[in-house]
Amino acid sequence: MVERHPWIPAIGAEYVLGMDGLSLLLVLLTSLILPFAVLAQPCGRSFCALTLLLQATLYGTFTAQNFVLWFLFYEVSLFPAFFIIKLWGDANRDVAATKFFIYTFLGSVGMLLGFLAIYFATGTFDFEKLAGLGRNGDLGLALVEHFGSVAVWLVFAGIFVGLAVKVPLVPFHTWLPEAYASAPVGGSMILTGILSKMGVYGFVRLLLPLLPQQVRQIEPWLLALAVCTIVFGAFAAWLQSDLKRMLAYLSLSHLGYCMLGLFAVAAASAGALSDTAAALGGVFIQIFNHGLTAAALFYYAGLLEQRCGHRSLADFGGLMQRTPLLCGWMSVAMFSSLGLPGLNGFIGEFLIFKGAFVLSAISTSIAVIGLLITAVVLMRAMQIVFSGPLSPGCAAFPELTFNERCVVVPVTLLMFWIGIAPQFLFNVFNSTVAQMVRLVG
Amino acid sequence: MIAYTIYLTFAGAVLVLLVPRAFAKWVALLAALAGCGIAAIAFLQVSDFAQFQTIIRVPWVPSLGIDYHLAADGISLTMALVTGLIGISSVLFSWNIENQQNEFFFWLLLVVGGSYGVFLSADLFLFYFFYELVIVPKYFLIATWGSTNKAYGAMKLALYSFFGGALVLIALLAAYSTGASLDLQELSRFHFSSQFQFWAFPVMFLGFAVLAGIWPLHTWAPTGHVAAPTAASMLLAGIVMKLGAYGAFRVSMNLFPEGFHIWSGAIATLAVIGIVYAAAIALRQRDLKFVIGYSSVSHMGFVLLGLATAQALGVGGAVLQMFSHGIIAGLLFAVVGRMIYDRTHTRDLTVLPGLALNRVIPFAAFTFVLASAAAMGIPGFSGFPAEITILIGTWRAYPALVIIAGVGMALTAAFMLRALKKSFFGEPIPTQCPDYAPISVPEKIGAALLLCVTLVFGLFPNLLLERILPAVETMRWLNR
Repeated sequence: MVERHPWIPAIGAEYVLGMDGLSLLLVLLTSLILPFAVLAQPCGRSFCALTLLLQATLYGTFTAQNFVLWFLFYEVSLFPAFFIIKLWGDANRDVAATKFFIYTFLGSVGMLLGFLAIYFATGTFDFEKLAGLGRNGDLGLALVEHFGSVAVWLVFAGIFVGLAVKVPLVPFHTWLPEAYASAPVGGSMILTGILSKMGVYGFVRLLLPLLPQQVRQIEPWLLALAVCTIVFGAFAAWLQSDLKRMLAYLSLSHLGYCMLGLFAVAAASAGALSDTAAALGGVFIQIFNHGLTAAALFYYAGLLEQRCGHRSLADFGGLMQRTPLLCGWMSVAMFSSLGLPGLNGFIGEFLIFKGAFVLSAISTSIAVIGLLITAVVLMRAMQIVFSGPLSPGCAAFPELTFNERCVVVPVTLLMFWIGIAPQFLFNVFNSTVAQMVRLVG
Repeated sequence: MIAYTIYLTFAGAVLVLLVPRAFAKWVALLAALAGCGIAAIAFLQVSDFAQFQTIIRVPWVPSLGIDYHLAADGISLTMALVTGLIGISSVLFSWNIENQQNEFFFWLLLVVGGSYGVFLSADLFLFYFFYELVIVPKYFLIATWGSTNKAYGAMKLALYSFFGGALVLIALLAAYSTGASLDLQELSRFHFSSQFQFWAFPVMFLGFAVLAGIWPLHTWAPTGHVAAPTAASMLLAGIVMKLGAYGAFRVSMNLFPEGFHIWSGAIATLAVIGIVYAAAIALRQRDLKFVIGYSSVSHMGFVLLGLATAQALGVGGAVLQMFSHGIIAGLLFAVVGRMIYDRTHTRDLTVLPGLALNRVIPFAAFTFVLASAAAMGIPGFSGFPAEITILIGTWRAYPALVIIAGVGMALTAAFMLRALKKSFFGEPIPTQCPDYAPISVPEKIGAALLLCVTLVFGLFPNLLLERILPAVETMRWLNR
């Protein structure tokens, strides 16, 4: 499925939209999360307008097949996100919004410069053509020819940092906890559910196919970054006393699994086709699952904050006595994030570990620590919030309303469905995985 | 049919959440009874114990080769039976739970159902699925309904369990990626290279052994037991520690026989140290529940020792000990946690002697006498045939260790007698003898059930051995 129109022929910019399994998956995820985010955030007309603008740019980002067009969508998406944080965020919103904007924007500038260099060297912005050049190494050669051998690495660094800020990878993550914690509920859901996936998507679509040799050369370092993200995120989450910040760090840690799987795939040799496929399939399914689960968790955090007026972990307690239903549904989402078998989180993590283990045993083994700590963090949070004596601040704590149930029930059912019978989700992207694996091999 | 133990228990767990508070314990009891009944019928009816017979096998995630595959042999059936028995009695001994009954019984049934699942899984993915499923409810049972130091005990237990789970996962992924299958039977026929087995076996074995309380990674067990509510201690000692031993046996030893033979000496040594060390520590405890907690570690040392012998008798004895210790530990924790602590609100061995509990609650004294006799390994109770078969097996494999293990048995008798004397037969201080509620009917039924089981299988151990030994003898890593 490709839709192609000439746009600015002078610089090789075309209006090309195309869709493969990965794009489809992300478009599905966007369509799933955004309505819920709007429902979660009763903020009136301007919020809806910004959300719709954001939705349009997200669809654009996930389907554009030409760099200029892609970059346009990618950049424009910053503005609604910025204003959502800035206008509806909590007390810290100014700092958080500015930090978010500046970090991401600076990253984008690096990426833009990198792509300009690529354009001058190859004369095209088209993803498919560039990927073709990248696969047999012509892209790197052309860059060396035009700008010297250091330039390849500068280009790589520019694109890498731009995407790494967006995901984010440790140590480019410092904007994340503030932005996620300060954003309004709907904003956090979109940020963690979909915006973070733009970075992962960028890695799959841009960096790995375009500069595979470079990726392979500094492979151990990339894996180390992913492992650091996983382990650091989990430990940092353990130390948080604010529910939303805790979820933000957990989200960071979970995105680390995606990156671990991706980098392991990028390093794969031709021999391990089935493992590469497993890891890549795991990454895709983790992208979807993380979007679903993390957004659901932020939704619940919003519900708690809305009802109690605060979100410090220590001030909750005994909610199970007041609202067993709310606690029940919320614990499903937390268990899913924890990777409990039978829910959606487990299958993605298992696959990533399974595939990545063959490709890189040591980093995978270290990353398992992250799994361990995540489980502990979430169980501790559950125990603090749900059980124990009822905290005085939560005495008048209403049960789920009808509107809230309309959000909670379908999402929970979907978590169980993916957890128990994930095959339908695999069918969405199986052919794409097979194709990508062939290209890597 | 035995697959219905899993389904009915999980169905019961869901149902418990939905029914009104007053019915929660009844639903839980029914679910536990149904599970145990099915396990018992299967235990009696199945005729071929040697083969790991497939019960059900359907593709689950076909693109990854993951099957929903359940199978059972004599060992699985034995373990399913003890799961059912402990399930019933733990429900009976938590009849007096007051706050959040529905959730309590929900978590409890989840542990029981997950344990059935582990004992019956024949697919590694499914095995790990159930194995992880059991760890989570334990945390909530302890952290929410526990007593002394519950947050610490629950967190320590969860950290150790997940750490063990992580080690298992690493070795499991390595096995999966090398052997290209997740089916236990297929993988156990696959020949892993010696070098691979050399490192993969200890990683996986240790992961499982953490849950079985191997020395020096046992420290979660006593603190966890002390913090846990009675039913959770019973489940923990009765079933969950067995999951570790069962996994070590069914997965790691079957998959990596060469690795097992390389490391078996080390395992036997750790096991014997555990037996003696834990018994010696138990002798010095002031908290009665710590005494029982350490006795569990000591008894699980016998299981590991039996496994490490690689002799048919030793391994068979280890499985018998898993069964027997499950019942006896359940009984001991029931007496200490429910009968004594819930009434006196103390487990301090310097305070208990003054209460003259043998006169106030004679039934508890009677139960504890029999239970500690069983724990000491007095002939007539199920502990005796188990330990004697393990020792015979050990005699063939590691003669020197038998003597040390014997010291451990003597220490066990010493600390059990000390606990018995101090808790029930002290000098009464008249001013300190309040009236306690008499032992209730559910407690009596639960205690009678477990006592009967330990007596029946103590007098007729062959009922179990004739089911266990044929299955053990099919294992290809056995030294004949």
